[in-house]
Amino acid sequence: MQLLTVSGSPHLHATQPVHKIMWGVVIALIPAMLVSFWYFGLGAIEVTLVAVLACTLTEYLIARFVLKVEPSLRDGSAVITGLLLAFNVPSSIPWWQLVIGAIFAIAVAKMSFGGLGKNPFNPALAGRVFMLISFPVDMTTWPVPVVNRLVLTDAVTGPTSLGIVKEGIKNGESLTQLASQIPSYMDMFVGGIGGSLGEVSALAILIGGIYMLWKRIITWHIPVSYLLTVLAFTGILWLIDPGIYIDPVFHLLAGGLMLGAVFMATDMATSPMTYSGMLVYGVGCGVLTVLIRVWGAYPEGVSFAILIMNAVTPLINKGFKPKRFGEVIAQ
Amino acid sequence: MGKRPRFLLSMEVECEPYLTSDHRLMLEKSQEVMIGISFLMKALGVKRAVVGIENNKPDAIKKLSELAPEFPGIEIAALKVKYPQGAEKQLIKAITGREVPSQKLPIEVGCVVNNVGTAFAVYEAIQKNKPLIDRVVTVTGKSISKPSNLLVRIGTPIDSLIQHAGGLPGDTGKIISGGPMMGKALNSTDVPVVKGTSGILILPETESARLKVQNCIRCARCVSVCPMGLEPYLLERVVVANELEMAENNRIMDCMECGCCHYTCPSARPLLDYLRLGKSKVGHIIRTRVNN
Ligand code: SF4
Ligand code: SF4
Repeated sequence: MQLLTVSGSPHLHATQPVHKIMWGVVIALIPAMLVSFWYFGLGAIEVTLVAVLACTLTEYLIARFVLKVEPSLRDGSAVITGLLLAFNVPSSIPWWQLVIGAIFAIAVAKMSFGGLGKNPFNPALAGRVFMLISFPVDMTTWPVPVVNRLVLTDAVTGPTSLGIVKEGIKNGESLTQLASQIPSYMDMFVGGIGGSLGEVSALAILIGGIYMLWKRIITWHIPVSYLLTVLAFTGILWLIDPGIYIDPVFHLLAGGLMLGAVFMATDMATSPMTYSGMLVYGVGCGVLTVLIRVWGAYPEGVSFAILIMNAVTPLINKGFKPKRFGEVIAQ
Repeated sequence: MGKRPRFLLSMEVECEPYLTSDHRLMLEKSQEVMIGISFLMKALGVKRAVVGIENNKPDAIKKLSELAPEFPGIEIAALKVKYPQGAEKQLIKAITGREVPSQKLPIEVGCVVNNVGTAFAVYEAIQKNKPLIDRVVTVTGKSISKPSNLLVRIGTPIDSLIQHAGGLPGDTGKIISGGPMMGKALNSTDVPVVKGTSGILILPETESARLKVQNCIRCARCVSVCPMGLEPYLLERVVVANELEMAENNRIMDCMECGCCHYTCPSARPLLDYLRLGKSKVGHIIRTRVNN
């Protein structure tokens, strides 16, 4: 008789290994990617390709030649980081800046902490913030969608809707004066607003989110608590003074909120491990986002809010334990 | 101690997927099982017994419900199909809504749990004067030609059970005594059936090897599946780092080794291996503390 395998129980394994989860996220990103290609044309395709290639190559080289371990590109996590990084930059970004951002994301934010699953901060966001600080001008020049899809450079640029509001309020204009410059909510929902690649259509992001929920890649806790917090917080402000504070629906649809809530905040490695912790984390992200958007120096606060909450995650994990069986005796 | 049971729970819930011996026993010896339960109730002095059956066994639920009116005090409860429902603390929770406190026994919430095999053995001992010399064993597996439930004498070599079920398939990679989640892998078929042998499961070679282990991606799946509310990813880490105090504070001793965390981990981390290691070390420490 042949040799039998002897190992500890359990003897069965679930059918969702790491690479299936990661490629599932990639599939969920496809709708938003196609929308960005449609609106920003070749520029968006170039940015996406450069970011994905730079991320995977950096990971490969570091694993191979620095850490001297077998590179695990098959798990797809570097591709996700690349896609998300591309989603977070304007389509007009010079390619070399993007490459530097990608190298930072993978080399500093991910591999130096031990690679897959060990990074305390979302690598794509870390890369984005690094680029924002290093190349503030190029990172905040937003091409207007649907200009000429076949031209790579010299696209017409314009401010994002959040930028319009922030600048306007600062210059003492009232919201009614600004109203004409703000795109309609329908445009913001379906697509076609200025901004980074992944901000262009809330709908496409939502489709990806629903796909991930359906495939059980993410749970509802973080996106729902995040979005509801933003809605509630900005709603209260709007009720207090609709003249200075813009309505909550605008906040929900504008900028990177959808992208952040669905794809960035739900990053497994950097978010809490229990459902209660996830809710706290989502609320924290929401509050910080609104604080930065309304009172901070930048028009958009999603990246910073999520990065700050990433830093709080270990604390949340300590404080919000799962409900232990047998802890409370139900009588 | 004056703790008296108020409940007798009988579990007709199959402990694990693949095993069907309890199910068959319920169908073929239902009368005997019910009588056995009445004896147990008498011995314990309880007025109420609940028989929990998973609702994917409608035939068993039907059969026992028909018999129930003849046995005052015995109720039949249909339960959701959910592993590890057969674990006693989970069963008590499912039927009575009470949670047995950590590190305590079911009697703490007034329950005694028995399984259907025990009820049948009690019946045989009292009515037939027959000691426990045989039991029903499931022999199954994807490539077994005749999966069966066999009533065998304790001490029968497992080899002859497998022969009876059509012989060992050519692609056998693992032979498990018990179910796929908690069973023990055997290194030979030359072992006898013992009192606790509930089944023999034969896995093909393709399903036998462990998967490649990757980094923990902190997906929180192990935390959400743990029926005891533990954090297996954390416990693994502290056991590896030998931070045993931390492991104890995070309730490693509550782990019932059901294997759910290990099963669900996308990175195929050997969580349960480390949990067992940690439990034995922490158990050691706890015992020395008591002895001082
Ligand atoms: S084996 Fe895993 S899932 Fe089961 S009780 Fe232990 S820690 Fe929890
Ligand atoms: S299931 Fe596995 S990968 Fe996920 S958190 Fe637990 S140990 Fe880590």
